[in-house]
Amino acid sequence: MASQILYALPFLAKGFAVTLWVSLLVVTLSLVAGVLLGVGLIYGPAPLRWAVRIFSDTIRGIPILVLMFFVYYGLPAIGLHLPSFWAAVLALTLFKTAQVIEYLRGAVASIPKGQSEAAMAIGLTFRQRLTSVIFPQAFRRFLPPWINGVTDAVKGSALVSLLGITDLMQAINQVIGRTYEAMPLYILGALIYFAVNYALSLASRRLERRFAFIRE
Amino acid sequence: MGYALNFNLIWRHFDKLWGGLLLSLELAVISIAIGTVIGLVLAVWYVSAGRVVRAIIAAYVEFIRNVPLILLVYLVFYGVPTVVDLAYSAPTSFVLTLSVYSGAYLVEVFRSGLEAVPRGQLDAGKAIGLTPWQRLIHVRLPTMLRITLPALSNTFISLFKDTSIASVISVPELTFGAQWINFNTFRIVEVYLVTTAMYLLTGYILLFGLRLVERRFRAAR
Repeated sequence: MASQILYALPFLAKGFAVTLWVSLLVVTLSLVAGVLLGVGLIYGPAPLRWAVRIFSDTIRGIPILVLMFFVYYGLPAIGLHLPSFWAAVLALTLFKTAQVIEYLRGAVASIPKGQSEAAMAIGLTFRQRLTSVIFPQAFRRFLPPWINGVTDAVKGSALVSLLGITDLMQAINQVIGRTYEAMPLYILGALIYFAVNYALSLASRRLERRFAFIRE
Repeated sequence: MGYALNFNLIWRHFDKLWGGLLLSLELAVISIAIGTVIGLVLAVWYVSAGRVVRAIIAAYVEFIRNVPLILLVYLVFYGVPTVVDLAYSAPTSFVLTLSVYSGAYLVEVFRSGLEAVPRGQLDAGKAIGLTPWQRLIHVRLPTMLRITLPALSNTFISLFKDTSIASVISVPELTFGAQWINFNTFRIVEVYLVTTAMYLLTGYILLFGLRLVERRFRAAR
């Protein structure tokens, strides 16, 4: 048993690298998209606000698995052919983007209105108000839940195994298919996911404390 | 787009989706009920326990919360029966998994609620001569529930959505029904549009109901 698992370790490591790569892509892409759309939701014209609101509420209202199948099987049906890896990343990114939008909305809403009025009063442009007044303050409200949400991205990435992508989850299932050592391998997998996510959540707690004592 | 929507095949197989939705709700309700018991018992135990018990409960919570649900579902369905002499169906296996999973999330919700109960309320309970048990039932738990209701609603709805993971062990719930129609009729866009609408609508109805409960309890001060 032990030798079979040792033999499988390089294969599992490759799967783990895919898990990390998917998570990293999803976290980065959703951060960019989420911040852009979030600014649209807060400051944009009414039609844009409505569109972002509907996007975010719809995406957050359905299981991530349904969204994933929708994107994966639905895009080719309407003539858009993406490699399965990118379809999976796209679906997870859409889901995460909706979360980032809500973190940003919450963070900006927590900044007192007087800050933005004061910035307007001293004649700052919209862009200056955002980059020098609102965002620096909103940032520390945004950071802890966002880092906490990174663990969701790592956990969510396990779903790409259902689309035939050999991430850690799929690698474990394949090794079990060969060795029939289900229990030890699932436990090993759980420990790996746990180690990564627990480290991330410790980091987020530390940051939360680090940012907690800065007062406005 | 070059894709003509045609919902006929979806309506012909709608029983797969409707039956699936009912099963999703059933899985969610049973798991949440068991999870709530686990969560309440462990949370009450946690706040009054010594260091060792606390560490064990914290380990359970942290472990479950940091591992993907899909892995836990596989572990319970394919892994556990290989080491213990137990046989259970896929739905039972999933309910078991989601109960333990929701228990971990609910311990956290209840624990923070218990810690938010004002000290003065407990002292007042003590002052009028309530026993510790009476203080728990009549003072701590009701106050804690009122504090945690909004967080509880969100957790319940998110657990309802998590029932979609049951499809990976072929439990015929809503997501599984959608996949069945996807693979057998190839009306892909239509089936996922309908499924999306069904999840959204159910989620909103649940949320609406839970908000009513919240308001009902907030009024009773």
